[in-house]
Amino acid sequence: MTIEHTVAEQNNNVLMTVKDLKVHFNIKSDNAWPWEKGQALKAVDGVNLTIYEGETLGVVGESGCGKSTLARALLRLVPITEGNVVWLGQDLTGLDKKQMRDKRQELQMIFQDPLASLDPRMTVGDIIAEPLKTFKPELSKEDVKNEVRQIMNRVGLLPNVINRYPHEFSGGQCQRIGIARALILKPKLIVCDEPVSALDVSIQAQVVNLLKELQEEMNLSLVFIAHDLSVVKHISDRVLVMYLGNPVELASKKSLYDNPQHPYTKALMSAVPVPDPKIERGKTIQLLAGDLPSPINPPSGCVFRTRCPHANETCSTEKPLLSAFSDVHQVACSRLADIK
Amino acid sequence: MSLATELHTAEPLLEVDNLQVKFATPDGFVTAVNNLNFALAQGETLGIVGESGSGKSQTAFALMGLLANNGIIEGEARFEGRNILSLNEKAMNRIRSKDIAMIFQDPMTSLNPYMKVGKQLMEVLMLHKGMSKADAFEASVHMLDAVKMPEARKRMNMYPHEFSGGMRQRVMIAMALLCQPKLLIADEPTTALDVTVQAQILTLLNELKDDFNTSIIMITHDLGVVAGLCDKVLVMYAGRTMEYGSAEDVFYRPTHPYTQGLLNAIPRLDNEGSVLATIPGNPPNLLNLPSGCPFEARCEFAKERCVNIAPSLETFASGQMSACHKTTEGWA
Repeated sequence: MTIEHTVAEQNNNVLMTVKDLKVHFNIKSDNAWPWEKGQALKAVDGVNLTIYEGETLGVVGESGCGKSTLARALLRLVPITEGNVVWLGQDLTGLDKKQMRDKRQELQMIFQDPLASLDPRMTVGDIIAEPLKTFKPELSKEDVKNEVRQIMNRVGLLPNVINRYPHEFSGGQCQRIGIARALILKPKLIVCDEPVSALDVSIQAQVVNLLKELQEEMNLSLVFIAHDLSVVKHISDRVLVMYLGNPVELASKKSLYDNPQHPYTKALMSAVPVPDPKIERGKTIQLLAGDLPSPINPPSGCVFRTRCPHANETCSTEKPLLSAFSDVHQVACSRLADIK
Repeated sequence: MSLATELHTAEPLLEVDNLQVKFATPDGFVTAVNNLNFALAQGETLGIVGESGSGKSQTAFALMGLLANNGIIEGEARFEGRNILSLNEKAMNRIRSKDIAMIFQDPMTSLNPYMKVGKQLMEVLMLHKGMSKADAFEASVHMLDAVKMPEARKRMNMYPHEFSGGMRQRVMIAMALLCQPKLLIADEPTTALDVTVQAQILTLLNELKDDFNTSIIMITHDLGVVAGLCDKVLVMYAGRTMEYGSAEDVFYRPTHPYTQGLLNAIPRLDNEGSVLATIPGNPPNLLNLPSGCPFEARCEFAKERCVNIAPSLETFASGQMSACHKTTEGWA
């Protein structure tokens, strides 16, 4: 196994460290009595991460794996049950509302639904200017306008659309507005929650390329959440694979895609259709049996064991944690040595 | 079934001739499907690919007689020699499900939430085949087994909300196959599903194709899905056919700049690329289509001709068809 380091790991500037992050939601059934206790839905159940300056961390997984909840938890948009999110040496989990608000200048988010995440009654100019007005009230109207124009130009929006409303734009353009809004405060980290999954292929490519260019220009770190493994492969330096709230594999892009280790990652990759008739017809797909278990009552031990072809008794008792497979590759599987 | 290299098969099951779908809107007519032609033989699979608004779903709705009230159809679609577009509601109802069945995109909303899944399945058989309740029940259980539904008998008594997305899509597929239709129209059947579930459903469709020799029209925006399943591919853009040919030709020898652009714009799992090729701009507004080639504004090869004259669909030696001045006239 060759040892390779991403650019970001070499310069080693840690922006964010996530320690044993857990987000549990308290779920009550509709016909529960008021004094009855709800059950815990374990949306994210123990994630450890480091995000370096200038890198893109991809997070993949299927619906219900907790990737969006993880994204929100990084910015404290959902209450964190346990664990820490340390941003530039400061623990975000302990901050009060006002302190957290200040931090949000450096942490921005791009949402999945491009139209729904824009206020329909605000013009494009107002939407993009709002963060500036909130965090830099000292700026004059003229300065705000200039900055808005500049950033619009950068993300590929024509200046004459500044007074239009979101509904007048296509999905791809709405996503550009969302990106402009996230960028105007010059943040250090942007969390992108499925930013291109609502877009058509040709538009998706435009937005992905734009994000990559902006990242290089502004030395941004991106957390790129998606269910599409091909897009994640394209944009990421490192990739985290999640299943039912748990991290199953974390590795550099090359190592993960060339040499996936976890049975779930392998199944996931074999399931992605490739636009090539010969390859697509010739390949063997590792079909997963059954459905995703409920996160309210996840399997004991390894959460993947109910669908794993290699599971044995150990898997039901011991919960495997991410452990080093190589310098750049961590896997959470207790049977890794046996399933070569 | 061997891969069809010939696009016009001897005895087509379905022949679509100059299909046109228009909608009357307050702002004028919107042409969703413009001059569409294709033919499909028994056992063959056709993929219709396009981005949103390209008219691929409206083609399916038109064939099934499910267009919205303001929809206007022109042209012909001959199913076993009979034009199904001119049939009245009653005659069409006899064909639906029995000869042509459809799987819809959203398995969450296309099942009746108030009816048990079993009843929804049995209804099809009792109506179309005049089966007794008991026979219909057994046949439905059998079909749920065939689509690999675990504990099929128990699930007959459950409501759709008790099923996961992939399960609901299996119910939809089972329902579509109950009468063993000759043609199955699948409108983005896996778009709402996760990749591993999508793989299960696609494997299932591939098996059904072999077992029942069903013809399938697969409507999707995902070229990867088409690559694994389809013999022929039709690429649509702004309601028009851009390219039509065997899967091999379209994927390995695309002639239309739009197909080429589309194939290059997909990030792929099997290769590394630093910058994705993009198609600049946005699809045109269907209310106000250009008089020339609809792709002209986004095409890097466009010349003055393309602005004024819409290219017609020309057939090449291999049987592949393309609607592009550049390809037909062989510009450099």
